[in-house]
Amino acid sequence: MNSVVAFVGAILPSGEIADIVVRDGLVESLSPGAAPADAEVVDASGLRVLPGLVDLHTHLREPGFEASETVLSGTQAAAAGGFTTVFAMANTDPVADNAGVVEEVWQRGVDAGYATVRPIGAVTRGLEGETLSDIAGMANSRAQVRVFSDDGKCVFDPLVMRRALEYVSTFDGVVAQHAQEPRLTVGSQMHEGAVSARLGLTGWPAVAEESIIARDVLLAEYTGSRLHVCHLSTERSVEIIRAAKARGIRVTAEVTPHHLLLTDESAQGYDARFKVNPPLRSESDVLAVRAGLADGTIDIVATDHAPHPSESKECEWGDAAFGMVGLETALSVVQLTMVESGLMTWNDVARTMSTTPAQIGGISDVAGQIAVGRIADLTFIDENARRQFSVASLTGKSSNSPYVGRELPGRIVHTMRHGYFTVRNGVVVDTEVVAASVRNHGRKAQHNG
Amino acid sequence: MRHLLSAADLSRETAIALLDSAEVMAETADRPHKKLPALRGRTIVNLFFEDSTRTRISFEAAQKRLSADVINFAAKGSSVSKGESLKDTAQTLTAMGVDAVVIRHGSSGAPHLLANRGWIDVPVVNAGDGTHEHPTQALLDAFTLRRRVYGHDSRCRGLDGLRVAIVGDVSHSRVARSNAWLLTTLGATVTLVGPPTLLPHDRSAFPVNFATNLDDVLRESPDAVMMLRIQKERMHSAFFPNEREFGLTWGLTAERFAAMSPHTLVMHPGPMNRGLEICSVAADSPQSTILDQVANGVFVRMAVMFAVLTGNEDV
Repeated sequence: MNSVVAFVGAILPSGEIADIVVRDGLVESLSPGAAPADAEVVDASGLRVLPGLVDLHTHLREPGFEASETVLSGTQAAAAGGFTTVFAMANTDPVADNAGVVEEVWQRGVDAGYATVRPIGAVTRGLEGETLSDIAGMANSRAQVRVFSDDGKCVFDPLVMRRALEYVSTFDGVVAQHAQEPRLTVGSQMHEGAVSARLGLTGWPAVAEESIIARDVLLAEYTGSRLHVCHLSTERSVEIIRAAKARGIRVTAEVTPHHLLLTDESAQGYDARFKVNPPLRSESDVLAVRAGLADGTIDIVATDHAPHPSESKECEWGDAAFGMVGLETALSVVQLTMVESGLMTWNDVARTMSTTPAQIGGISDVAGQIAVGRIADLTFIDENARRQFSVASLTGKSSNSPYVGRELPGRIVHTMRHGYFTVRNGVVVDTEVVAASVRNHGRKAQHNG
Repeated sequence: MRHLLSAADLSRETAIALLDSAEVMAETADRPHKKLPALRGRTIVNLFFEDSTRTRISFEAAQKRLSADVINFAAKGSSVSKGESLKDTAQTLTAMGVDAVVIRHGSSGAPHLLANRGWIDVPVVNAGDGTHEHPTQALLDAFTLRRRVYGHDSRCRGLDGLRVAIVGDVSHSRVARSNAWLLTTLGATVTLVGPPTLLPHDRSAFPVNFATNLDDVLRESPDAVMMLRIQKERMHSAFFPNEREFGLTWGLTAERFAAMSPHTLVMHPGPMNRGLEICSVAADSPQSTILDQVANGVFVRMAVMFAVLTGNEDV
């Protein structure tokens, strides 16, 4: 395969037209003009190019839950959705609370080659919420962990949360909090509101999220440490973050695509594809998180891609697992809710789905920008396409998508990671071809020294 | 009517048609031979994932009076703890040639899944799902009220203008939910009464009034007061301080009953906690409809089984 590729006529996030020349894994040139003679020319006219998307919140399920997803299948889904980097959550089995597990996950990501896998370390051992995990060990491992999270569970004990915030600052780390007051959410099944009252499903009150976020921003202010709030979902959560930022507190926040689009009304048919944690909220919450993302109060979009086997969803709502897959639909949902509504530009999409997540995750030197001399992680989309989303559209192992049966805008045409294609012309590139590209790229990187 | 999943789904016409059909069924109860041949050759499975002697026996009696063949399936606990999914259980049973499924389940929405997910293709009747609904209970309550008020002149009537208070653990009560919908659909005014801890936090979904002071509600002489069973497990989750205080504040005590209008009917879906939500004087009084409710339950369930299995479009 030719190692020089020229994408001719691509539309940058800013709207400018560029010819992007990629040589040996790096962006060589952006200026319009003749492609080098040795380049393989790809007609990218009409395609929007974004810096390769970065997901700060992915569940790859390996090790332990390989029936739902693996590092390979999850990163293939990532590539299909235009992602070139994913941060893998720690709630595996064994839990990613030590250097051994995070290095293993990291290495599997390297070998698979579909996306850069950055493991997230658990804040507490076994996600038990009691003693800190091997934070330094993970930070200093080959996986270079910078993001720590007990996601799935809240770091509830305020003393443990304070210590974690203080301790991770040693490595310029960040604690990504799953904000859920456990006592206020005993047995909770869906957003507490008119719909839960009617359906007879135990409510998950908004205040259970907001009270933890309020506490945590105060702890972040007190310790001076960096806090990241996972999957923020309510109107008052946005207000708390806005007030905290106005005070200069070092807090960042993410919203998921599903919280930008879907409401608790989706639970009406008791279809557990719509069961997720935090739950789908009310219409006013949806409008508030959109406004918060648009004005920068919410920094990023993260998928909370949470694969589950069909038997965990084809059952009673009360017995079903929380979570939905989201890597392959994230960009479409953001286009639908934020771009087509006029709330955000494509520059904002690049910022919230690539540049800023890379900054929060501590990898802004290697991801999140399209610039000469930088690693060529690029996502090309046809923003004018419309697609009927179906189970067949899914690349990952699980099919628990709330968008099956819906029409979505936009289509990923090419995903390029480190200068090689992981998706080409809308098709995920074959496993062996990608693995060969990784080996090839590794040799070149060594050669380039 | 294809399924009976929720009282909220019932139109006034359908509800009245079911109650009228139950009146026809009730007439047969006085005959020496109670059995009707209406569902001869039809097989019904009663799928009870939750303990319920009363409701199951009531359904079984109704089905047998209509000459249906009855299979009772009891599996305590959720399908997960049982090791077989609801889908597999339902498909296994219907593969044996079942014509209708009656389901009682601890999980809200389980009957909806059986009816709507394409797992099975037979009528489904909800016999109580989690904290969602118990539509046949609401139908038998409406039937009982209508008979007490209109006697043998009940047919074709709704419950227009009647005022009904439903008291106690509203949040966790499928009986309260189903009655809130059905009695309102039939023209009654419903007031749900209880401590704020046991009323829904967001009340906007319900077409009813809410109140926290039982004495105020009773002073207005409602046509009926329905006392809900308080579950023992509520005692330990900070919903109220203790049994005694709950009984004194939201129970139908002897003092409250004595002060109450003699025209207010006393209802209870059973089983009762005598001395907690209801005193024996009230439960055993002529104003009490509690045993009528049990008897009428069979007629209403006969009407429901007949409607879903004969596919009568009007009902």
